[in-house]
Amino acid sequence: MDTRRRAVLKAGGGTGVLALAAAAGLIKPGEAFAQQWNKAAFDTKSFAATLKALGGSGSTESTQIQIIAPDIAENGAVVPITIESGVPKTDTIAILIEKNPSTLSADFEIPAGTDPFITTRVKMAETSNIYAVVKADGKYFHAVKEIKVTLGGCGG
Amino acid sequence: MADPMRIRASMAGDKVEVRVLMSHEMETGLRKDASGALVPAHFIQNVTVTHAGKTVLSAQWGTSISKNPFMHFRFKGGKPGEKVTISWVDNKGERRSDEAVISGG
Repeated sequence: MDTRRRAVLKAGGGTGVLALAAAAGLIKPGEAFAQQWNKAAFDTKSFAATLKALGGSGSTESTQIQIIAPDIAENGAVVPITIESGVPKTDTIAILIEKNPSTLSADFEIPAGTDPFITTRVKMAETSNIYAVVKADGKYFHAVKEIKVTLGGCGG
Repeated sequence: MADPMRIRASMAGDKVEVRVLMSHEMETGLRKDASGALVPAHFIQNVTVTHAGKTVLSAQWGTSISKNPFMHFRFKGGKPGEKVTISWVDNKGERRSDEAVISGG
């Protein structure tokens, strides 16, 4: 009886340590993950520079990438953008807004099993070309669409 | 702490359709307040979506994502009743995580 009680206590103690380790483990990847923000890429100010910062040496224009967005955005603060990639093995989808103070808006990683499709809303300072840059199988592809902005979204 | 995210996850055929609305100022750091002083940048930098221990979407964001960010995407492998967890971290190190149960759609 007594040995069994000891065993239970030991097991209980063990679980506590495991839970602590798990909690520590949970915090660690979170911190590592916070550092995975590509500052160099977000500091770029042109399509070519952003592409380079994302790791691409060149990009091919592709009709398999669709940008669904309004032709004219009345309010630059909220411009809905949908990007759908038909390029096989799409790994990432980046949204670039050429004439914004910072060209790169977002970079989405699409694991296998997730559709190469994303909708979000972006701010646009002025009328600009929007690029959707897709990385697929190590190669870069893009599509471009101009959106006219009547009222900028980054004004003070 | 920011307000909870509003997450809707529902089945659409064999895929889970997720829509999320986050509550965040998304300050660019370029805007001036009434007194002419720059409002410091405050924006979400990383977003991760997980389902059953697997990341189904992750993103890095800049300052040009709109205030109160919205996202819509789809992934395979989820079932009604299972959970989708969405987390973000901003440039000040603030973070928030919310989950939603996948509905039958």
